[in-house]
Amino acid sequence: MAEMVTLKINQKIVEVPAGTLIVEAARKAGINIPVFCYHPKMEPVGMCRMCLVEVGYPQKDRTTGDLVKNEDGTTKIVFAPKLETGCTTPVVDGMEVKTNSEKANEAHKSILEFLLTSHPLDCPICDKGGECALQDLTMAHGPGTSRFIYEDKKHLAKQFPLGELILLDRERCIQCGLCVRFQHEVVDDPVLNFYQRGRSLEIQTHSQPGFDSIFSGNTTDICPVGALTTIDFRFGARPWEMERSASICAHCTVGCNMVYNIRREAKTDGKTLIKRAMPRQNELVNELWLCDKGRLGYHYVESPQRLTQPLLRKDDKLVPASWEEAYQQVEDKLRAEKLRLVTLAGGRLTNEDLYNFQQLNHSQEGKAVLYSQMAGGDLTAQIGLGKGSNFSDMGKGTTILVVASDLHEEAPLWWLRVKQAADRGANLIVANARKTRLDKYASHIIRYEYGQEASTIYALLDGKGNEEIEQASQAFAKAENGVVIYGSDGLGLVGSDSLVKACAKILYERGFYGKPNNGLLAVWDKPNMQGAWDMGFHPDRTLKGTLREADVAFIAAADPAGDNPVLKQALEETNFVVVFEMFMTETAKLADVVFPVQAQIEREGTYTSGERRVQWFGNVIPVLKGPKPDFEIAAQIGRLMGLATEGRSPLLVMNKINEKVKGYEEITYTRLNEHVDQWPLISRTDSYYAGTSYENEFGIGIQLATSADRGEELSLGTLILVEPQQEVATGMKVVPVTALYDRGQLLQPSQILDLRLAPQVLTMQPALAEKYHLQDGDPIKLQVAGSEIVSRVRLDEEAPQDVALISRSNGVPISSPVFVQIQRLVLEPEA
Amino acid sequence: MEKYILLRHRDTPGIDELSVYQANDGLQAFEKAVKTMQPADVTLEVKNSGLRGRGGAGFPTGIKWGFLPNDSWPHYVVANADESEPGTFKDREIMESNPFQFLEGLMLACYAVQANQAFIYLRGEFWQLAAYLDQKIKDLEKAGYLGHNILGTDYSLKINTHLGAGAYICGEETALLESLEGKLGQPRLRPPFPAAVGLYAKPTLINNVETLANVPVIIQKGADWYRSIGTAQSPGVKIFSLSGCVNKPGNYELPLGVTYRELIYEHGGGILNDNKIKAVMSAGASSDVVIADDFCLETPLAYETCLERIKAPLGSASVIVLDETVDMAWLVSKTVNFFKHESCGKCTPCREGTFWMNNLTKHMMDNESNSADIDLLRDVALQMQGKCLCALGEFSTMAVVSAVDRFRADFETHVRS
Repeated sequence: MAEMVTLKINQKIVEVPAGTLIVEAARKAGINIPVFCYHPKMEPVGMCRMCLVEVGYPQKDRTTGDLVKNEDGTTKIVFAPKLETGCTTPVVDGMEVKTNSEKANEAHKSILEFLLTSHPLDCPICDKGGECALQDLTMAHGPGTSRFIYEDKKHLAKQFPLGELILLDRERCIQCGLCVRFQHEVVDDPVLNFYQRGRSLEIQTHSQPGFDSIFSGNTTDICPVGALTTIDFRFGARPWEMERSASICAHCTVGCNMVYNIRREAKTDGKTLIKRAMPRQNELVNELWLCDKGRLGYHYVESPQRLTQPLLRKDDKLVPASWEEAYQQVEDKLRAEKLRLVTLAGGRLTNEDLYNFQQLNHSQEGKAVLYSQMAGGDLTAQIGLGKGSNFSDMGKGTTILVVASDLHEEAPLWWLRVKQAADRGANLIVANARKTRLDKYASHIIRYEYGQEASTIYALLDGKGNEEIEQASQAFAKAENGVVIYGSDGLGLVGSDSLVKACAKILYERGFYGKPNNGLLAVWDKPNMQGAWDMGFHPDRTLKGTLREADVAFIAAADPAGDNPVLKQALEETNFVVVFEMFMTETAKLADVVFPVQAQIEREGTYTSGERRVQWFGNVIPVLKGPKPDFEIAAQIGRLMGLATEGRSPLLVMNKINEKVKGYEEITYTRLNEHVDQWPLISRTDSYYAGTSYENEFGIGIQLATSADRGEELSLGTLILVEPQQEVATGMKVVPVTALYDRGQLLQPSQILDLRLAPQVLTMQPALAEKYHLQDGDPIKLQVAGSEIVSRVRLDEEAPQDVALISRSNGVPISSPVFVQIQRLVLEPEA
Repeated sequence: MEKYILLRHRDTPGIDELSVYQANDGLQAFEKAVKTMQPADVTLEVKNSGLRGRGGAGFPTGIKWGFLPNDSWPHYVVANADESEPGTFKDREIMESNPFQFLEGLMLACYAVQANQAFIYLRGEFWQLAAYLDQKIKDLEKAGYLGHNILGTDYSLKINTHLGAGAYICGEETALLESLEGKLGQPRLRPPFPAAVGLYAKPTLINNVETLANVPVIIQKGADWYRSIGTAQSPGVKIFSLSGCVNKPGNYELPLGVTYRELIYEHGGGILNDNKIKAVMSAGASSDVVIADDFCLETPLAYETCLERIKAPLGSASVIVLDETVDMAWLVSKTVNFFKHESCGKCTPCREGTFWMNNLTKHMMDNESNSADIDLLRDVALQMQGKCLCALGEFSTMAVVSAVDRFRADFETHVRS
């Protein structure tokens, strides 16, 4: 328990832990000391001088050390002659602080006058107007007129690009340093720096491309003025014109809490548009941050390529049809005898969608397949991250093992949280076949060859291996808490299965399960993989055969034909394919019936994040006319088949899930939306901490208990190492890795990130390229399972030996390790 | 000065050669210290001597040496050779002409706080001087006074020179440390102080060149001897950098307590062209403009007396003399322009305030102002006081306020109405 300190702020008695800064103590007491450069998530610097307050200390006798008393018995308080910055001064027992005395008020007014001497009068055209800390504080504390001669005002660049995503208005910048400090301190991407001095002090970026950080968008939130703006939202709308709708990011498994700001516009014939995405405060998930993919990757919702009408295959062509016709076709097919049904569901579906699909599937004795190359959802349900876990609580005494995952690309906010845990003293073991951005913070780095993931974990368990493994093994054994995070770097389903069993074993043997901040954490590649597993969908190792032999295939939120030519062939042999999709994918092109579905942003539902936190999101914008939510379509089909499937609202579906699905007993929409007070207090109404707010007036999600948490008997299966079969193959081994900015369906329509998309290349070590007589930049063709794919070579000294890397969802359909025939492509000269 | 203690080259030409320095008691103090004294005893001797920091703050040197904690290692010593205060040119002469005494003082300081690495931070414009010092350091290394196992003891010391890049603010000790670490030269928050958290977050002692040059004589001749010179609260000698409207500007090594009158008229040869003296700036550009009346001229130049009598600190004792031909408004426009140029920009009041004051004085010099602008200038200066992160901002206002208060007529000549 921290020692408590009592002090008086403006005569109000406040009790806070020792070491609390005056500005924080005041905030707890409901007193807002004005700040610019202070941010609760960063070290204070005391640069802007806005938080100057009068501070009085209890006087101590120099010789005895006793408190000096006044005549009336109270302790004598000596006020320092100079004002002190509240953001850098920790509280002391008996302290007295005056934040609104004449002296303090004069100081606040002075600092504002100084700032406003060169600050342009841009309010009418500045994006920040209405949510601007400078505006608010000037109204509260500042002078009404300027004494500065206008002609002396410094003129500077008004839209300087710090990279193509973020623009800097140098005139508006008040040199508070928050953006620089965020990049250096919080995300360790020091791509912004101060340059020059005095009034010419300015922000610069020297990275190529400019402002090369996947967290760059956060600086536009924390900038207290309108100096930093994203090209996405610039001149978009006024804050007071927009409404806030809670949502959850659908780009990865972290489930960052966010808010979409929407506005109905005359110029789009009354349509409501998303103007911008912003983080929503959830100290248990993403704190106050978003990565740029989540922030800028929502434009797919408004894409003109969206399917709006059901399609039916007539005369081998897909033609628009009515919903009734489409339903009728499906019903007719399902009523046929001896039907083999396969429901292939993707991890983008909500829990409600999945539940209804499962109901339908089950009634037809169909096979419920999860479209995924990752195993382990059944194990995470049992010994996943314990209920009550919070990365912010992890520090000394916790060992985190990250295996086969490039967290910075696969789940950026977890990369940040794990890094911060390591900074706080957590023991970080990073095991991967190649260097990743997490290595820098690791206490132990273990290198293995692709294919050796599982055996490496077993070696860690036994403590037998090279020196690194021995040391890491001891660190893992000695820890009080243990977390294993496994991803999909270089893995397909088979490898993933071996790996997750090994991870489960090491956790089980060490007892790291069934309690908070312990357990197994999967870096799923889709937002609701965990939910899909919980609703009864599991991946299928023999998907090709399953699809071929199916009579009817329901395919929702999955594009097997586009991802894998083998599966495309298999689907061509499936009798009847029903696709539930937003866009005309390769799979949809093969379908017999296509149902247009709503995007996640357009509807209400829940996702279960990788940490097994169920989070609710609302419908952000009114429905694009035409598509329906997956759960509704599934429910309708169910009802036509005589089931009592719920299709009226997702809330009602969740009520059913709540009854029927193990683990979801406490989940209701009401509970999911219960507001919880969080600290630091980042509230909208006072723009207190620097600019645009992150208030979370919605819920923070509910973390599910694992079987271990509930004390149930575990059935983890046989956790023994099965040596991988000797790979007898010719050609070059290629493994898939994840890139954050890929060309996936949800991201590509957001052209804003085009310049940052992962290059479409095959990455390999120079030695490997030489074996095949290839040079950097050479065009190549790859033979994969009977298909030919074109790509380009990129050399990388740090790539693993003897294996080439390809990014998933990036134009080359490789989603598990394969051997390819590779040839240099000789381009025919253009005639 | 009977016999120079610091500017010894004026008595002994060639003392910048190691052999000559050694022949004239040079390095005896250091040898005595490493071979026969405990580090704490060296500190005690300096404490007892009453030596005060010569860089401007006047903090008791020996007490400062005692601040370095013994539970955090390694310790570092930094010699502040940034010398950028306008009107100050004393450290330069010491380093140019009596380098070994400065280096010996630095070595003694290192031994006292048990540092094995020292850095001399020189302003960027001193690049030739840095090369020169590097040579002198090599001479010491060759002679066995630096390096490993000095003079057969188990004490080792390496001295490195480091150049700044043209920023006055890097004379401020925490900004100096930032610059030394390769970062932007902006001052740090204090507390924590460099003695506890300094270079690379380790305990660091930072001393001015002149301060260190005093140490060998203190160790050799003793604290009591040192106390016999100067005043009770400001013992020892000081090099006064005299400049401005005097016949003989330059460095004058004199015991502390000498009066302004003596310095300016006896040593400085009096005012140029026999003009009437008007004002003095006691500590270079970072000081009040003081009316040079008899009360002022009779003031002894010592830390305690300057502050007490003329309410202006002694500082680095860079006395700028101004006569009746000097327009105080013009003078202020110069100092203000200097501070605006040198402001690091970290804190709002200094960054914006120096810029604002510079604009105001520029308008005045262009005869574009009115009377209210004089009051505005004074207001802006007062508005900056007590709010800045470091001393630069505070000091930039002193000449402004004092000049407007005491020499308003000069300002009035620049206004239209």
